[in-house]
Amino acid sequence: MKAVVLGCGRVGSMLANLLSEKNWEVAVVDANPDSFTGLAEAFTGHQVTGPITDEEALREAGLDSADLVIVLTSDDIANLMAAQLVRQRFGKEKVLVRVRDPIKAGAYRDLGLQTICPSEIELSMILKELGIKPGQS
Amino acid sequence: MYVIIVGASKIGYNLAKALIAESHEVLLIERNRSKYNVLAKELAEAVFHGDGCEVDCLKRVGASRADLLIAVTGRDDENLVSCQLAKLLFCVPKTLAVINDPQNEELFKSLGVDLTINTTAHISTLIGHKLNIDILMPLLTFKNLEIVQAEIYESSPAVNRQVKDLGLPTNSLLIAAIRDGEALLLKGDSVIMAQDTVIALTRRESEAELRKIL
Repeated sequence: MKAVVLGCGRVGSMLANLLSEKNWEVAVVDANPDSFTGLAEAFTGHQVTGPITDEEALREAGLDSADLVIVLTSDDIANLMAAQLVRQRFGKEKVLVRVRDPIKAGAYRDLGLQTICPSEIELSMILKELGIKPGQS
Repeated sequence: MYVIIVGASKIGYNLAKALIAESHEVLLIERNRSKYNVLAKELAEAVFHGDGCEVDCLKRVGASRADLLIAVTGRDDENLVSCQLAKLLFCVPKTLAVINDPQNEELFKSLGVDLTINTTAHISTLIGHKLNIDILMPLLTFKNLEIVQAEIYESSPAVNRQVKDLGLPTNSLLIAAIRDGEALLLKGDSVIMAQDTVIALTRRESEAELRKIL
């Protein structure tokens, strides 16, 4: 299996390390080469420095043959464009994208993107702790 | 018409002034506080301090009654998301995005942006024309097929030759020439002349070869 991770921050690098450990073929793309310091020494995957919304950078990361793409930078807007680029230009179905703004996460989910919204997750964890079901008054 | 402009770039600012002069209702959204303060002195209520990629901001400027949203920030991804949110959540009938990276044009169209203006490509074409450098200006794009326009200069190797003798790439077709304001359909025995504007249909991969011939 091959995964391409766009954005090598804390979650991106942890995920890349983990998948690489599980013998996945992994490529990471990040505009900032310093971000690759988060990758483990045992990481065997490919590192590409470039904007995640740049088709050429994605091609260099081997996106054409990817089974799974995870978009994880801290920039919602760039993430949303990259995820749509990956679906539209590379025909990839399995794309997970982090969108921090819950409103945008919902709107693009309606468009068919698989959005991951950290604030929704945090909120649901807190509510669960409090024994409150979402939507309950 | 109510027009929302996202980004007080040079284009955004001048466009806002032009539309106001034409008696349109205009709201220019600018995220940068100091830029906003400067503009507010001149444009008063026609400028709004906010982020055109934020749903809350679009709501506050009354996007749902806008006839047109024009996104002209320097970032393509922001222009895309502004246009998409305007369409998705506020049913704005028409959206226009300025595109800085030419390779995004087709993508944005396929993602629902109604109109795109490829400033980089346009400016390079204009500069090319000024300097007599041959650049094919794309007029229409379908997947990897393009209709392009080329100016024929005196120095062009195609001048005074018949179309069939030009050695065109197999994936390119010369359709028409505009000569002295008249459009002529080009056939194999038509002769290309200096000062012609030639319209051609070509696959993108043959573009470079076509450019050399013209």
